[in-house]
Amino acid sequence: MLQAHDDVPAVGLAAQSEIVASPTSCQFISFRLGEDEYAIDIMAVREIKGWTDTTPLPNQPAHVLGVLNLRGAIVPILDLRSRFGQGMTETTAMHVVIIVNVAEKTFGILVDAVSDILTVEPEEIKPVPDAERTGGEDYLSGIINADQGMVVVLELQQLFR
Amino acid sequence: MSNDSTSGSDFDRFRITFFEECNEILADLEVHLTQLQDEALDNEGLNAVFRAAHSIKAGAGAFGFTDLVTFTHAFEALLDKMRDGEIDQTPQVSDLLIRGGDVLAELVAAAQEDRKVEPDFGSAVLDQVKEILGQAQAEADVAEEEAEPETVDGSPKIWRIRLQPNPDLFKNATEPLLLIREMRGLGELKVTCDLSALPPVRKMDPELAYLSWTFELSSECSRADVEEVFEFVDDTCSIEISEAGGSAEPQTAPAEEVTPEAGQPQAAPEAVVTVAKTGKAPEQAPAPAAKSKASAASSIRVELGRIDRLVNTVGELVITQAMLAQELAELSAETERQPIAGQEQLANLTRELQECVMAIRMQPVKSVFARMPRLVRDLSGKLGKKINLRMHGEHTEVDKTIIEELADPLTHMIRNSIDHGMEMPADRIAAGKPEEGTIDLNAAHVGGNIVISITDDGGGINRERVLSKALEKGIVSPDANLTDQEIDELIFAPGFSTAEEVTDISGRGVGMDVVRRNIVSLGGRIQVQSEPGRGTRFHMLIPLTLAVLDGMIVAVGNQRYILPITSIVESFRPETSQMRRLDDYTQVVQIRGEFIRIVRLCDLFHVDNAVQDPTRGLVVLVEVAGGGKIGITVDELIGQQQIVIKSLNDNFDPVPGISGATILGNGKVALILDIEQLAAMKSSLPFPGPTMPAFDEDAATIVAAE
Repeated sequence: MLQAHDDVPAVGLAAQSEIVASPTSCQFISFRLGEDEYAIDIMAVREIKGWTDTTPLPNQPAHVLGVLNLRGAIVPILDLRSRFGQGMTETTAMHVVIIVNVAEKTFGILVDAVSDILTVEPEEIKPVPDAERTGGEDYLSGIINADQGMVVVLELQQLFR
Repeated sequence: MSNDSTSGSDFDRFRITFFEECNEILADLEVHLTQLQDEALDNEGLNAVFRAAHSIKAGAGAFGFTDLVTFTHAFEALLDKMRDGEIDQTPQVSDLLIRGGDVLAELVAAAQEDRKVEPDFGSAVLDQVKEILGQAQAEADVAEEEAEPETVDGSPKIWRIRLQPNPDLFKNATEPLLLIREMRGLGELKVTCDLSALPPVRKMDPELAYLSWTFELSSECSRADVEEVFEFVDDTCSIEISEAGGSAEPQTAPAEEVTPEAGQPQAAPEAVVTVAKTGKAPEQAPAPAAKSKASAASSIRVELGRIDRLVNTVGELVITQAMLAQELAELSAETERQPIAGQEQLANLTRELQECVMAIRMQPVKSVFARMPRLVRDLSGKLGKKINLRMHGEHTEVDKTIIEELADPLTHMIRNSIDHGMEMPADRIAAGKPEEGTIDLNAAHVGGNIVISITDDGGGINRERVLSKALEKGIVSPDANLTDQEIDELIFAPGFSTAEEVTDISGRGVGMDVVRRNIVSLGGRIQVQSEPGRGTRFHMLIPLTLAVLDGMIVAVGNQRYILPITSIVESFRPETSQMRRLDDYTQVVQIRGEFIRIVRLCDLFHVDNAVQDPTRGLVVLVEVAGGGKIGITVDELIGQQQIVIKSLNDNFDPVPGISGATILGNGKVALILDIEQLAAMKSSLPFPGPTMPAFDEDAATIVAAE
């Protein structure tokens, strides 16, 4: 995008090559939403870019922010904060869109900032305590205890079904 | 098939290629068979048909499609005899060939889809082919018998046979002794050996044949029986067979004079055999040569997916170029004008490149048009009507994807013209028209569109019947006052069919509404014009491609939407007196006596900052499939532009009212409006009360007058 803002640090996927990983380990990209840290499977991430205005789609749920031109592809952008019922994100150029590819669909999720790449062994991902969980929350697939605190792993396919 | 996966995929690939070729061949075949209906095919035409059948047979054999092989074989045999002039191109034979073409197409389709056809599928045609072949054979036999009446009677004759082997006879492991023994089986044989060619022993090459023989065979057998003995040696020996009868010795030539060639111009039946054989041989030789030459010189086979990718990439380029142009335009005021020249060139090149790429997918409409003469012939025959189909502009090109979508609507419309439009010959004569009706099928390029028209000189639309039918079906209200044109347009209304009874020709549940929907889904429009007693004309305007669209960019609030130009009738700023509110959700605008429902885009799509009052904005009148019109309110028209259509559904669920998206020059996405869906959508917001004008007296009088 020509309008991309240079002041937004883009986290290149090349960074992952520097991380020494065991054959079984998996990698996640962690990001911040308000005070909370979340993570998604790095294999689903296509790119990370700064927020630009979208074209709204009529008569859609509030978390659908609209569509974006991603080098010729029309990509819908979804507000994760709104999806979690925490109100709409007041977007600035500092906000970040993570473009993901899930189940052959490409879409972007709007988050506050990208934090880190986490390399963890499968056993380090602890199951989410299932007490008191309501229906539709299958998108929480686990919790990782990282340096910066607890990170909730999201199952994107469940999140935007 | 092999267990090896690579050769398995190779096999699949060959299979795919085979079917691709088959379909091309069949299309070609159709063209020639169509020609056959009008006139006897010349030799070239017959050869082309023969080649088509032959190519399919060869491929089918390789892939083991036995049904296909059996059928093509018979088909080929028939064509072969036709080429030799043994079978005349009677209407019966022509008809058989055409039906054979159908069977062939069905068999190919069946093989392609890997399904079994009915065991006796095509056997009717096959039997008929065999019957005709049998007749021809019988005729040939009769001819032969007439030529040599003696052969029929059973009295013993004396056959004088001269057998002179070529010197290299033994190289083929031919043993003359076996021939002699076989002849002895036919009757009493007198053998004279001619040793004259035998060289002295020291000069003799033991591997060469020097001896020749003269036989006198006394037998009741026919000439053909004698020939059969030498069937396998006729190319290594010179054979002369003559009948020595009781009377004049037809002893033609002394042994010395016999040259190898002398064996050729023999009696009629053998001549026929050689002709048939040689007729085939040169036939097969030029066929592959011509084919390879054609494919090398004029075309290559490219996977459609690759072209699609190319089209998409060029689409991106077009957008990028537009973006660049916009940024440069903003820049140029304060910087050097240097980059502008290059930019213009880039714009030109981009446009040219896009045209080139689009041209790759362009194909003549001929492939669809070519199916129509058959349809007309079959139907008119079935209905006892006389119809002449005239086609023009078959070479007009249109995007391949559109061609595929054209076949159904065209077929249906022509069916309709024949079934409903054309009168019976007697009625035509009574009406003072030529007995034979005419249907004109025309295609032409007009601007960025293709215009296809179907004109018949039949009875025209029976408006009385159409109207009563529409009333009966509740399509129009009884007090509606419709113009002739509007009544004609009723045939496109959903659920409308004027046929008194459902025939198997048209009126099988789908009607002209489906035709209109098909055309509209291609981004096109269809109109009908009819004159009672004179005929009917259907006029279709279809874009040349589905990849780009002529769009009108409209502004609603901060948003930009695209309206397909083809559906726009006009746009205007209504006066307050033209607006009328029917209830909280329905508003109409009156223009030239017509009342048109308003679709408020800003309410439907909840757009902020939009002009709420149509009298301050614009109403864009658009046509909806089914003949209606709606007025879409927008703030202003931004401009007309050719846009590249992008699918929204690749990454998202369908959005009501939106058919797709495109990328504007500024890199932003703009949504393309789906007019059909918009017309069907109900606004959840009532009209803002105060801005609505009161219903004034002028409008009231107009309503009363209507």
